[in-house]
Amino acid sequence: MTNVAAKPARRPSGRRAGGNQTSVWWAVAFIAPATIGLVALYVWPFLSTLIKSFQDVPAFGPATFVGVDNYTALLSDGEVWEAFGNSALYTVIVLLGIPLAVVLAALIEQAGRGRTIYRVLFFLPVVTLPVAIGMVWRFIYNGDFGLLNYVLSWFGIDGQYWVADARFTIYAFAVVGIWMGLGINLIILGAGLQAIPKAVYEASALDGAGRIRQFFRITVPLLTPSIFFVTILTVIAALQMFDLIFIMLRSVNNTALGDSKTIVYLFYEKAFVQFDQGYGAAIAIVLLIAIMIATALQFRLQKSWVFYG
Amino acid sequence: MKHKWTGAMAMAVAATLLTACSGGGTETGSAGGTGAAAEKVTLTYANWSEDQSPAMEQIAAEFQKENPNITVKVQTLPWPEYWSTLQVGAAGGTAPDAFWMLADHFREYAKGGALIDLSDTVKSGIDMSVYPKAVSDSYTYEGKIFALPKDFDTNGIWYNKALFDAAGVKYPDDTWDWQDVQDAAKKLTDPAKGVWGIAAPIDAQGGYYNTILQAGGTIINADGTASDFAGPAGVAGLKFWADLQKAGSSPTLKQLSDTEAVSMFENQKVAMYFSGAYWALRFYKNAELKGKVDVAPLPQGVKRATVTSGIGNAGYAGSKHPEELKKFLTFLGGTKAAEIQAATGTVLPAYKGTQQPWLDSMPEFKLQVFIDAIDYSVPLPVAGNTAEWQGLAAQYLAPAWDGTKPVEAAAKEYQDAVDQVLAKK
Repeated sequence: MTNVAAKPARRPSGRRAGGNQTSVWWAVAFIAPATIGLVALYVWPFLSTLIKSFQDVPAFGPATFVGVDNYTALLSDGEVWEAFGNSALYTVIVLLGIPLAVVLAALIEQAGRGRTIYRVLFFLPVVTLPVAIGMVWRFIYNGDFGLLNYVLSWFGIDGQYWVADARFTIYAFAVVGIWMGLGINLIILGAGLQAIPKAVYEASALDGAGRIRQFFRITVPLLTPSIFFVTILTVIAALQMFDLIFIMLRSVNNTALGDSKTIVYLFYEKAFVQFDQGYGAAIAIVLLIAIMIATALQFRLQKSWVFYG
Repeated sequence: MKHKWTGAMAMAVAATLLTACSGGGTETGSAGGTGAAAEKVTLTYANWSEDQSPAMEQIAAEFQKENPNITVKVQTLPWPEYWSTLQVGAAGGTAPDAFWMLADHFREYAKGGALIDLSDTVKSGIDMSVYPKAVSDSYTYEGKIFALPKDFDTNGIWYNKALFDAAGVKYPDDTWDWQDVQDAAKKLTDPAKGVWGIAAPIDAQGGYYNTILQAGGTIINADGTASDFAGPAGVAGLKFWADLQKAGSSPTLKQLSDTEAVSMFENQKVAMYFSGAYWALRFYKNAELKGKVDVAPLPQGVKRATVTSGIGNAGYAGSKHPEELKKFLTFLGGTKAAEIQAATGTVLPAYKGTQQPWLDSMPEFKLQVFIDAIDYSVPLPVAGNTAEWQGLAAQYLAPAWDGTKPVEAAAKEYQDAVDQVLAKK
């Protein structure tokens, strides 16, 4: 302050402070819409979930604190572990969609004129309601009248009850999951591909590299930052899978449901069917921690394979 | 800077509260709510059926004609969201004023104090004897009445006459016992044509509850503290269905998981389907089925029995307009609302004497079967968190249906699981 006062050319310090005050309020006003949204939609629900996870919350009426009871019950609950296993299996299979997306993105990039059409086609599932997707796939997977078994019968393969037999349900969901996620992945990878300088390809062509060699030696390494990003998003989305199982199994009295629950489905069941919101909240917090660990692990591992030009 | 943070936080909290409140359905004319008659109030009325919402609109319009100061907004929610929306709304103070209730969800709401007590309203002039006792009893909790019956359903055998004719089997009638069903189902099954005699899914309300009761069982004991699936009657009632599966007279459980029993029946893949009156309108509107389908009473076991249940119209205890709400609920339980439902063929109204228009709306079906069944009907068993233990049935009973476990063993395991739920406070 003394420093400022010593320079007469500047405005008096009192006024400056006043001006500061106003601009702070302006700043608050400008960031308010985003902050309010963030607090109301993310911070507050998160905090209330965290609090609930330490409570016994009846369907109606006041909650009571029970310490870590929900968490200890959860650790010894076989159903929770089975659901985590199902979610993990689903996530691993859905990750196989990423190499597929890389190859497709590269092919579409080559397609020239038809590029936009392909992008639209692959993007359609992303903008389609999950409910509609679930209904359509339920028909495709139907054991007696479904399209899949019909096509398999051409090759003399016996069909299965894909979404009524717990041995197959997770795999059946994962195929739909890959298909649903393809559109977004292609957009992100496509943008990554366009950022690769053409000169690199030209130079390698002069050195005699073919298309395949270019793909593995140039495209894939230079695309790794995008692939990494897509992997992070895919893992998070896959661990949160809920809608497919809700639409494809729950809406009918499906006997495969018991062994096909994902972790978020189990959360839904505990919190909204069994009215045990405290336990549901504890599941949600454990899932959050699992996602954090999975993401942190990926960031740790990326150092060994992601190439930032 | 500290006070500015508090300011921002206060704004954020206020916004949270605002969003929380704006989710609610009611509009308050002025503070207080119960005020003078001239005050305009709006009530919301939630249901889960697209099919029935036109009739609900008509009922609301009729009520508004008599009560010009009350506006009723009908909200239709999809079934999967209905219960979670209602539960969150009731816990958070934003539930609709009036809404449909089911017996298997009712107890949790009544116990939690989420429903408005109608006992006094009933005392001051509603005759409860006009409703089937089995239905009105299921909306009574600790001696208090929380909902007035809207409609009811009993069960019968829906059957496909064309498939019976093709197999040369006599149509079911009121002389049938369990053995007749087993025999007919076997004869009607024709694997070459992809036709089965009956649909035997793991279905409580249309299925094994009825057969357990017919075998003389109770399902849940009187004070709701224990279940009885593993007793002789319970096992017999479950075995009825397991036997049908064993004989190959029904599509397998996997097939019925993929394609619901009712769709199998509609596509003429199964000749018999045990279920309720609520399918009547759907079958009647199906041009393929209309002339081919009819209904008969459920078969007799040791005795005659069917479970019955019905939707109840309940109100939210936290409503801002309790007096107007009670008035509306009284109207919903009255003759006019019942007649509108009957005349539109929507459902079988619970109010005694208003069912004739419903019967007349589908003369080709012997719908009287469902009304006659009231005499031997038993309330749908409810105890504790009913939705929770009912949800476990498919998982525990599937091995009995599949034949991978003796019925006795599966029944015992299911009984233990149910009792565990009932033991929770």
